[in-house]
Amino acid sequence: MIEKQFTITDEAGMHARPASALVGSISKFKSDIQLEFNGKKVNLKSILGVMSLGISSGSVVTISADGEDEAEAMEKIEEAMKAEGISNQ
Amino acid sequence: MTAELYGIAASDGIAIAKTYRLESPSLEFDKKTIEDPEMEIARLQSALAVSETELELIKEQAEKRVGPKEAAIFGAHLMVLSDPELIGPITEKIKIESVNAEYALQEVSDMFMEIFASMDNEYMQERAADIKDVRNRVLAHLLGVKIPDPGLISEKVILLAEDLTPSDTVQFNPEFIQGFVTEIGGRTSHSAILARTLEIPAVVGVKKLMKTLNDGALLIIDGIEGKIIADPTTEQLKEYEQRQKQFAAEKIELASLKDAPSRSADGFEVELGANIGSPKDVTSALENGAEAIGLFRTEFLYMGRDSFPTEEQQFEIYSEVLNRMGSKPTVVRTMDIGGDKELSYMDLPKEMNPFLGLRAIRLSLDMPDLFRTQLRALIRASVHGNLKIMFPMIATLEEFRQAKQLFLEEQEKLRTEGISFNENIEVGIMVEIPSTAVMADVFAKEVDFFSIGTNDLIQYTMAADRMNENVAHLYQPFNPAILRMVKMVIDAAHKEGKWAGMCGEMAGEELAVPILLAMGLDEFSMSATSILKTRSLISNLSKSEMESHIDSILSLATAEDVKQYMGQLITEKSQ
Repeated sequence: MIEKQFTITDEAGMHARPASALVGSISKFKSDIQLEFNGKKVNLKSILGVMSLGISSGSVVTISADGEDEAEAMEKIEEAMKAEGISNQ
Repeated sequence: MTAELYGIAASDGIAIAKTYRLESPSLEFDKKTIEDPEMEIARLQSALAVSETELELIKEQAEKRVGPKEAAIFGAHLMVLSDPELIGPITEKIKIESVNAEYALQEVSDMFMEIFASMDNEYMQERAADIKDVRNRVLAHLLGVKIPDPGLISEKVILLAEDLTPSDTVQFNPEFIQGFVTEIGGRTSHSAILARTLEIPAVVGVKKLMKTLNDGALLIIDGIEGKIIADPTTEQLKEYEQRQKQFAAEKIELASLKDAPSRSADGFEVELGANIGSPKDVTSALENGAEAIGLFRTEFLYMGRDSFPTEEQQFEIYSEVLNRMGSKPTVVRTMDIGGDKELSYMDLPKEMNPFLGLRAIRLSLDMPDLFRTQLRALIRASVHGNLKIMFPMIATLEEFRQAKQLFLEEQEKLRTEGISFNENIEVGIMVEIPSTAVMADVFAKEVDFFSIGTNDLIQYTMAADRMNENVAHLYQPFNPAILRMVKMVIDAAHKEGKWAGMCGEMAGEELAVPILLAMGLDEFSMSATSILKTRSLISNLSKSEMESHIDSILSLATAEDVKQYMGQLITEKSQ
């Protein structure tokens, strides 16, 4: 399993449009991918799960990927985070 | 069985097609204990699959018709539909609690809707509506009831609805919609105006419509007489096919007037313009021989989306319209939102009296940044054509001065930025509130023009909601009070060397045109489809002769008297 922390830098927090792009970009991976925020864990493949956390700008989230394609998945997540302007760190 | 129903004739023409009922079905169900969870889950899966296919299709159609941005909402719906955090718990619930799929779906989606609805963020709150939309679609499939999707209509139909909202109408493909019939509304309701823009017949205000007519019944709609016939007899069908042809022939005859001047029999020229609601209406305006756009409503820019339109988006749309109109005047009305025209992304307080509340120029002055964006986009677009700007719902001179000040400030900013624009944009106002009509002589010194918005002026003067069937009889364009007020406004404009136009439905009414011509109205703006008829009418009128009647008309006592007087005048003339 690999884990990585991200600071949300998008001023509007993790709102629907970028969040759906992020969720959409990882749906094809086999690994179990979780996002943890404020002690709550949700499936990152779930747009409702991610949005129900109401993640605001400046928050730190931990994303973990567990499975055969975990490395590629994490790479894709980092890429999407930057491309969608959700987090640049 | 043949059934004839009557309503208000809202848009000319005759159509014969199958009915399509646009209504939300009942999604009620009972909680049940089920025997075979696997089978219940399979039932859920197949409802999900059908919903997915439908949404893909709707998305595709929306992309083609309104663009990828507006279609994005359906992409979000698709994502919700396949969301593991939604589907997982539902199947779990079916398995563990042995409940029916409908109940499990409702419970789990309610939980998410509550989470989103309670968030302190309007955007997130609206996502609750997305979940509800998706939930209802799946629920409908589980229950085996039909959810109408106007966007999916792919054969010629006549739409039946209780009422049509502006957001409903964004979804139609006009190619397939042959006409509208609605249960509420009058000649100036949204559906009526839209029907005239699309040049399809409409009958509105048909009582008990939805109770009487079935989906898929053959229907004749006669938008001239305000009549509909369901399951017509063979003779009726024949008769109406004949009338349909005749109507088309008359239309061709009028088309010959397309490029003719709008001149009275004694040589007095006026300008006939079109009222439009979006750039696509320009085509119909030009085809119907419009010499101007007398009213470009900009509300559509703000509707059917999830955030305010940017300066650039607005600039492009204004430029497109101005370009297509060339040197012909285009009068753009700044946003008339608020009141009954609510925006999902804007948190406006619920109004007790939407027509008397925070809307139009009041809202613009309350949210100056929003207003400045629109003004800037307009000023920049002015290089592309003959732009005139008008402010809606002006009640006091201060409002006009403030709005004009913002306009001048935005001009100054653009000048400093070195962006070119037309320095001579005329800035006028809508006269639709009685206080402004009464003060027209004072306003005339400061504004460049007046455009009389009779739809609102009449309802504010008579204190009668034109949409309320119970008081619709008080909505009286021919009431001498209205006519006197209109004359006051025109006279006030002329005294200061300004022009006066009219952009309400009244400007295209057969009995009103002779009066307005005699009063010296300079510009008549109406539904594009009324222009040619009005041009033909004016060419047969003598302004000087009509002038000799004005004093008599204005001294009549009631609207009925005026109509009778005018009716008689017209009969005498045609004899």
